[in-house]
Formats: sequence, C-alpha cells, structure tokens
Amino acid sequence: MPRYLLARVGQAVLVLWAAFTITFLILYALPGDAVSLLLGEDGENNLTAEQLDAVRVQYGLDLPLYQQYLNRLGGLLTGDLGMSYASNRPVADLIAEAIPQTAQIAFAGLALGVTLGAAIAIAATYTRFAWLSRLLTAIPPLGVAVPSFWLGLMLLQVVSFRYGLLPAMGNEGLASVVLPAVTLAIPNAATVAQLLNKGLESTLGQPYIETARAKGASRRRVHLRHALRNAALPTLTLAGLMVGGVLGGSVVTETVFSRAGLGRLTATSVSARDVPTVLGIVVIAAALYVVVNLIVDLVYPLVDPRVVTARRRTPIGRATAAIPTPEGAST
Amino acid sequence: MSTDRADAPLLSIRDLHVRYRTRRQVVTAVDGLSLDIHAGETVALVGESGSGKSTTAHAVVRLLPVAAEVTEGTILFEGRDLRGASRRELERVRGARIGLIPQDPSVSLNPVTRIGDQVAEVLRIHGLADARSARYRALDALADAGLDNPDLRARQYPHELSGGLRQRVLIAIATVARPALVIADEPTSALDVTVQKQILDHIEALTADADTGVLLVTHDLGVAADRAARIAVMSEGRIVEIGTPEQILTDPHHPYTRSLIAAAPSLQTATPTLISLHSAVGPASGEAAPPEVGAGAGSDHADVVVRAQGLVKDFSVPRAVEPSGVFRAVDDVSLTIRRGRTLALVGESGSGKSTTARLILRLLEPDDGTISFDGADITHLRGSALRALRHRLQVVQQNPYASLNPRLSVGQLIAEPLHSLRIGTRAERRARAVELLDHVGLPTSFAARRPLELSGGQRQRVAIARALAVNPELVVLDEPVSALDVRVQAQILDLLAGLQVDLGVSYLFISHDLAVVRQVSHTIAVMRHGRVLETGPAAQVLLRPGHAYTRELLAAIPGRDVAPAQ
Amino acid sequence: MTDTTTAVLLPDAATQTSAPARVQERRVANRLGDGARSLVRRPGLLLAFAVLAVALVAALWPTILTSGDPYAAVPAERMQAPSAQHLFGTDQLGRDLYTRVVHGSALSLSSAALAVVFGLSTGSLVGLVAGFFGGWADSALMRFVDVLLAIPGILLSLAMITALGFGTINVAIAVGVGSVASCARIMRSQVLSVRTSDYVEAAIAGGATRWRVLVRHILPNSAAPVLVLAALDLGGAILAVSSLSFLGFGVQPPTPEWGALVAQGRDYLATAWWLTALPGLTVVATVLAANHIARSLDSERKYAR
Repeated sequence: MPRYLLARVGQAVLVLWAAFTITFLILYALPGDAVSLLLGEDGENNLTAEQLDAVRVQYGLDLPLYQQYLNRLGGLLTGDLGMSYASNRPVADLIAEAIPQTAQIAFAGLALGVTLGAAIAIAATYTRFAWLSRLLTAIPPLGVAVPSFWLGLMLLQVVSFRYGLLPAMGNEGLASVVLPAVTLAIPNAATVAQLLNKGLESTLGQPYIETARAKGASRRRVHLRHALRNAALPTLTLAGLMVGGVLGGSVVTETVFSRAGLGRLTATSVSARDVPTVLGIVVIAAALYVVVNLIVDLVYPLVDPRVVTARRRTPIGRATAAIPTPEGAST
Repeated sequence: MSTDRADAPLLSIRDLHVRYRTRRQVVTAVDGLSLDIHAGETVALVGESGSGKSTTAHAVVRLLPVAAEVTEGTILFEGRDLRGASRRELERVRGARIGLIPQDPSVSLNPVTRIGDQVAEVLRIHGLADARSARYRALDALADAGLDNPDLRARQYPHELSGGLRQRVLIAIATVARPALVIADEPTSALDVTVQKQILDHIEALTADADTGVLLVTHDLGVAADRAARIAVMSEGRIVEIGTPEQILTDPHHPYTRSLIAAAPSLQTATPTLISLHSAVGPASGEAAPPEVGAGAGSDHADVVVRAQGLVKDFSVPRAVEPSGVFRAVDDVSLTIRRGRTLALVGESGSGKSTTARLILRLLEPDDGTISFDGADITHLRGSALRALRHRLQVVQQNPYASLNPRLSVGQLIAEPLHSLRIGTRAERRARAVELLDHVGLPTSFAARRPLELSGGQRQRVAIARALAVNPELVVLDEPVSALDVRVQAQILDLLAGLQVDLGVSYLFISHDLAVVRQVSHTIAVMRHGRVLETGPAAQVLLRPGHAYTRELLAAIPGRDVAPAQ
Repeated sequence: MTDTTTAVLLPDAATQTSAPARVQERRVANRLGDGARSLVRRPGLLLAFAVLAVALVAALWPTILTSGDPYAAVPAERMQAPSAQHLFGTDQLGRDLYTRVVHGSALSLSSAALAVVFGLSTGSLVGLVAGFFGGWADSALMRFVDVLLAIPGILLSLAMITALGFGTINVAIAVGVGSVASCARIMRSQVLSVRTSDYVEAAIAGGATRWRVLVRHILPNSAAPVLVLAALDLGGAILAVSSLSFLGFGVQPPTPEWGALVAQGRDYLATAWWLTALPGLTVVATVLAANHIARSLDSERKYAR
C-alpha cells in the first residue's frame, strides 16, 4: 500500500510538472515579444534601447528559452512564481491574497451545486408522477445552456437592483457570498444532475435492482440503499474536473460581482497580458486538480470494493460522460 | 411430486395477457396463458427466446419493465389476486412468500454490498428477524445453498465469487424467508454444465424439504425433463402443450413440441445418431471412420491440415488477482486437424479453448510452441505471408449480433474477404456473394439487406457464407451455435455438416456443450485449465471416456434419464 | 450490460424483425420519411431546429431579418424599452438592439464553429491515432491529454489568449484548444470499442489490411458519435466564446457580438434590463437548441443499434 501511494503521488507530481511545462511553452514560446507585452506599446516607444535591455535583464528575458524555463521551474520548487509585470509584486503574494475570496464562493458554490444537482436527479427518478419526472429532467439542460456571466447579471438585476435584497458587489460579509455562489452552483448542479440522473437510470435497469425488488424492498429502499451508491460512483471521479470548473467559473463570476479573488486576478492579468501571473494561476489550478484527483483515487477503493489498489490511471466514466462541464469551455 | 392434489393450487394463472409497448409497435408477449402450480410441485415453462416464458415468470411477481403491461387475466396466489394487488401488498409477498432466482448471477448481486448483508436484507425487510439473528440465519441459508465456509463468504463482495457461487447466493436470497413459491428464471443458462447440475440439485433439495412450489423457466427441454413434475411448452405467448415429462417427450401432440424435441441436442443420448454411424470404431484404429465424406478418399491416412504442438499463451493480469502477474491461458496444447474432418475442442468457460482457436487463427501470438498449416510452419508469419494464409483459414464467431459490421449490406459483408484479399472483379465478387447466399440457404434477395434486419440464425448463416467466400481449407467455428435457439441451432449444425460434405472443408469446432459436439465431430479434445486432458475419436471419448473430468461433463448433460420419442 | 433485463424480457426486438413482414417493409420503405415523421411527433426537436435555422440565417444573411444598420445611432431614441418598433429596445446611443443582435450572430456563431472544427479535428485525430495504434503512441498521447485535462478549459483558453493576443480568431482557437482533451478521450474510447469488436476481428481474420480495417470498419462506425459530439460541442463553444467576449478578449466595441453586447449593457443593468437580458437570452436559446438536437441525435443513434 505505501508503495502504491508513493507511485500515485509521483504520478501526480509528474502531471503537475507537465501542466507547468505546457503552459510555459504556450506563454513563452508562442510568437510575441515579451518586453512589448511587459511595457505595452507606449512604454516600449518611450524607452531607449539600453533601457529596454535593462528591463529584459531585470525579468530574465535576455536568457535563452530553456534557461528561462529552468529558472521558472527552480522558482516553482521554492514557491517563487516570479514577479508580476503589471503590479511589480511577487505573483505568489498576489495569488495568496486572492485565494480566500475565491475559496469562499467556490466552496459554497460546490456544496450548493452538488446538493441541488443530486436532489434534482434523485427526485426525477424517484417520483412516481411521469410529468414531474419529465419536468425535473428538463431543468438540467437549461442550466447547462445558460452563460454564467448572464446568469450572474440577471441575479444582480432582480435580487439586488429591483428588490434590493442582497448587496450587488464587494467582498464583505456573508451576504456578498450568496449571489456569486449561486451563479457558480447552477452550471455545476446541472452537470451533477445530468450525470447522476443518467447513472441512476442505468443502475435502476440493472438486474441486481430487480433482485432487490424481488426481495420485497420498498421503492425508497431500492433507490437509496441499492441504486444511489452505485450510481454516485462515476460522479465521484468527476470531482477533479468539477473543482477545476468552479475555479474557471470564478473568472467570469468575480468579474460580474467585482469580487477581488483569483478569478478577477486572472481576468485582469490576461487583460494586462501579465504572463508570470497567468502562469502562476494556471499552475495553482492544475495543482488543485491533481490533488483532488489524488484524494479521489485514494478514497475510491473504500467506497467501491471492486477497486483494489491496482486501479487504472483513468477514472471510470470520465471519458464516457459527454456532458458539458460547468463552464462549457472544456466540453 | 403428485399432480392430482385435491386442494386448491398454490398459484393459479388464468388467461394472462401481457403487452409491450415499444416506440414503433405494440407486441403481445403473453397471449392468454393459464397455468396452475401446487405446493411442492415443480412446473417447468419451456420455450425459445421471445416465447414469453420469462415475461410470464416476471408477471407473477409483477416485476415487469415499465414498457410492459398486464392487460387481462388473474394471478391467484394463496387466494389473493396479485394482478390487482397494491404496491404494499406486492412488497409483502415478494421475497417472503415468493422467491425469485434470476438468470445471470454475474450481474444480479449488488456489487458494493457484502454477501451476508444481501441475504439478511430479505429477513430485515419483512421484519422476520432482528439484525443479529438475521445475520445468523443468512449464514445458515448460505450453507444450505451449498456454499463452503459461509462465515467467510458472508463477509465477501460479489466480485470475489465465481458465477456458480454467486448463483448459490441468489438461491439463498430466494429461499431464506422460506417462501411458498420459488420462481427460477433460467437459473443456470449463464453457467457451465457441471455447475448447472449442482445448482439445480440444490434448488431441488431446498424446495423438496419445505414443500415449496417451483416455477422453473428454461429453454432446455433436458433440464425441464430432469427436474419438473410437469412441463408446459410455450410458443408465441401461449402454452401449446402441458404434461408430465414422459407424456411430453414420448408422446408429444403439438408439432412445435415435436420440433423442439427433434432439435434438442441434449435429448439425443438415447439414440446417438453419430455414434451409431461410428460403430466400427475401436481403440486400435485410433480414428473414427468419417461417415459423411462418402468415398472417404484417403481417409485412413487422411492428410493433416493443421498441426499445433506445445502451444503456450500467457496473459498478464493484475498482481492483486494472481501473485505472479501472469495467467497461463493455454498450457502445452497439441492438436491435429485432418482434412475434411471436424475436431471439436470442448471445455467450460476459462478452459482456454477460445484462446487456442485464436492462436491457430494467428490472431494472437503464441508464447511457445509451433503451428504448421499444410506442412508449412506458420507460427511466425507476418505481413503479406500471413494475409496469404487467410485464403485458407477463416473463422465464424460466437455472437452473430456482434460479428457483422452494421454499416455494410449482407452482400458487402460476404464479399468482404474477397475484397480484402483482392480476389476477382467487382462483378465476380457480387456473383460469388449471391452464390454463397444460396449455399447457406438464404434467399439471394438478402444481399441488399443490412444485418439489423436479420434474425440471429440468418446472421449466423451470413457469417458462415463470409467464412466460405475464399474457399478456405479450414474454418474455425468458435461456439457457432451457442447464441441461438435450439431449433435454429439444429438447422445451423445441419448446414455446417452439409457444407463439409459438399466442400470437403475442415472444421475446428469450439464448444462448451458436449451434447452439441457429439452431433458434428469426428475427433474430440477435452480442455480444462488450459490443458488438453483427453483427445480421441468422438465415439471413444463419448462412450469410453478416459478422463474423470470427461465423465463428469457427460454426466452433467441434462435429460439423460428420459428417453424421447424417436 | 445496462439493458440486460429488457433484453431478457422484451420479446427480443432483433429476432422479432424477421417475423412480421410489415416491420421490414416499413424499415426498407424510407428512412427519410421516418425521420420527418418522428420530427413532427416531437415538437421540441422541431422548435430546436427552427431556432438554430433562424440563428444561421441571421449569421449568413442578416438583411433577411432586419433592414437596419447595427451602427446607426439615433440619439432621440436612446434607452427605449422593447416595443413594436424596437423589438429588443435601444441602447445608450440609440442603436437598435435587435439589429445588433442579428448582426452579432455572424461573429458569435462563426467563432464557435471555428472552435469546434479546430478542437474536434485535433482531438479526434489524437484519439484516433491513440486508439487505433495503441502501444506507446497511445500511452504518450493519453498522458498528454491527461495533462491538458488538469488545466481547467477556460484557464487554458485564457493562457492561449495571453500569448496570442485579443481578437475573435484568437478566441476561437483558444476555445478549440480547451476542448481538445475531452474530444480526444471520447474518440479514443469509441475507436477502442470498435477496434476490439467481433466484426473487426472477423475482418482481420478475413485478411483485411490495417488500412482497410481503419477505413472500412473503424471510421464509419466511429464517425456518428463524433458528429453527435460536434453538435454537443457547438453549444459549449458558443458559451465559451461569448464568455471570453464578455470578458473583453474578443471583438472590440462597437462591433456587435452576443457576449460583447451583454458586457456593454452591463453598465446600464439597473436602468435598462433589456440591454443585458435579451442578448443573453439569444445565447441561451441557441445553446439550448444546439444541445437538444445533439442529445436527440445521440439517443436516436443508440436506439438504432
């Protein structure tokens, strides 16, 4: 078991390293002069050649690409993500300041999304009224089709402006969390509902469900004791993607609600073409995904006895689920 | 086991009608069926797929799919009409008064719940025991169903048990609450023959003790004849004939029953058609005279098509399953296939027979051993030389629903090997496809159809035509009839035998079913755990088996005790 | 495995087909006719096709739907709520919002289509090579895909935009890159399931070359799910493109585009709801229609098996 654990952690580190490398190559190797990105065209025009060189040296941009890569990688290992072009502060500090704001809405959004999605899926298969079931299964596709920036704005319009129930923007207090969390939760809930609904429907068609019914088990017992656990297993393997989706969703959500979190930092960094900050954020997001997946992998054998330690690297069902992820961008 | 009880029957079905609504049509599955079962009586419901036997069994406990609907009739059980019963009432009957043993044990147990809990659940649901005593009674039930070491088994999960053991668990679930009626829906069709016999023995023992009625649904007349007091033969949603096994087998009235008996391979032990033709056999000759290859051209020193020697094939498996990380599927197998003859390779699931077939077909690489075809070593052929071998070596697979590319027409499918091997012009290939359709007994108009429009038997005929398209010398038949109903099975076996006579083609016939094998083979090789235990002329292996396992296989063939009308 | 029970209990639809002659006649009769009939029986699907058709017309021939000029500002008619004259109302400069939404569809849809084509072709190729050739090519490609999956799609797109710069084409490419990984996975699993099918084994045993197996058996049987995926991806791509435009990385004002229109209306959220609500609703309707068609195609395909 410890050997397996070690191998699995090693694998996670490898994925993280590869994600860093790919992102580095995208950001640094694609055409475009880093200095002009750094200073903007006006800045570039106002400086002399010597001054430009000085800036290059300051940010290590005079070095060959592989040298820059090794420096960045070395920095990453010591927790140094480089200096932001835009604010001239360490990227690590910027991210550290932003994380708590995002963590609040992401947690709330995930919890709400999973609860709501699971409730819809269970109710849709459990109800004996065909019309209700049809209605409930019609809701998730709607949730998937709504752009979250628009959803956020509509919530603002109705809840904050028209009825003045909750604050429209800002970071202060519990009330400011509600609308962003709901905005993040809806696409998530829709995904969970679709996946779990599909899982429940196929599970309820399994012969072992018939065995349970033949035992005289009630409808509730069949659903909750036998079907739900089996149907929920594939959803668990999507946890990593869902966390990544919420993080991605925070870019739009925090922009809409003017919340100073990781998503807002991403949006402003991309606008300013602040390469080191974007790289830092992507690495943090990939690390989160890798850690969540690692936890899922280690927990999975506890909930599914069929899975022994020799589990495949690919989570079950991830490839088969042709369902839009929360932001829709990564479908 | 008497049928003439004076008291009211345990179960009385009257004029049952069940319909399925699919997206395009409404199908009547059960069409006015009436049947009685008394306490302590076993009644077998026999029929082919689509006859409505399974639907009838499920209708009794009202466990039908959503698309199905009982439109007419009464289902009287212990004096109550289950058709009109409420959900609550049904839940009280299911499991407690009527136990159901399902068809496929590999998928009928909840994969994430321990065995013991799944058995005890029945008692807990019906309030028949508290948690503690339910656990103990579950252990007893597991022991009664024939599980060794029930303490250990109760703590295991379904995936840790073999198919036969899982079916015993399901028997324990069905009988733990001492129901008055047990419905067994094809309880052994997914299991090997030797296991099938043990399972049926246990069902019989458990129900005989408690005076339980049994509704045994099966496609196998042999099984029905062995186990039931009365047999009801079903066709197209109706019972066409009902009676004791003796009546049904010796004096069948309905033509359908007669055709079923004529086709059933397991019922032909009493009149071994092939063996009588092989009567000249003796250990000294070492070879059965081929009855069909009329003039027997050179049959005494018949030349060898394929000789395999010392074949070995290993597969890597997770170390959690097998500590060495290697599973030896085929272990030192040697075979000889003669021209114009059939070698049958018989074994239960996991015996390595299909892997052996794939090695000979050169779809898998052997880890050791040699294969020669017509004297030439083909063990390591590659590329165009291997493709040239395909001219002479073809395959018919087990499942005709999966072996035909759904996007091609029947004509294209049959001409596919010709196309692949660049034989003939387009027109010639088309003509050859039509000719082959005729050979395999299909109308030539079928060339334009798609596989989806054909039945299982028709599809298998197409697969046979495809295999014969290039005039091969050897065709590997990998369980060619096991996915088909008995009557279709008989037709396909006839067709194969006839083609062998006409074309002089050799067969390697892979099968799990000795009853089928004895109808078609000249030589039989029995495999188990990757090894060949016994090889010999068909008559010798069947009548004077040399290995204990072969005797066990023969003894497990159902229907041996009943002589059919011949 | 999913439908074992129905397969057991249903009087086997596959074997039934041989028996009743009328069923066969109907099948042979005319698949197109069947398609049209089933469309009429499903008003939801009909509506979805209609919505998508209108969106396409708007993108290709906007003048059919409106004669107005999307840039024509009429100061006297600023900030008017929706009315018969201005279906979607007017903006802060007095431009007709309906006209701008119609003209915006060209950019929104073409970017989304470009993203799908890019993501799908790259992803399918990766999945096809991995699934068909297996071995080290498979493990190498799939490790790469695993890594791509570790980066949330929108962040990957944003990194691309940071490197490439703003603009609609860059946004489309960025969105396409974000979907490569999942396309590759689906294509690979599809190819794998076909490659290990009995009929491919039969083809190999029949002497078919690798190339022939690929072209004649694997591609035709893998294509349908990929097309369904394309349809499903279109909805996701429309959302992603409009999100990036909303963030200001796509077109620059005053060019109309759905996401950008919502962003422009954002400043007047409290006073002119229609400036955000209506362009957004257009996105919702289009995505909903695309997804619904994709899902219907998918279930139709599964049913036909």
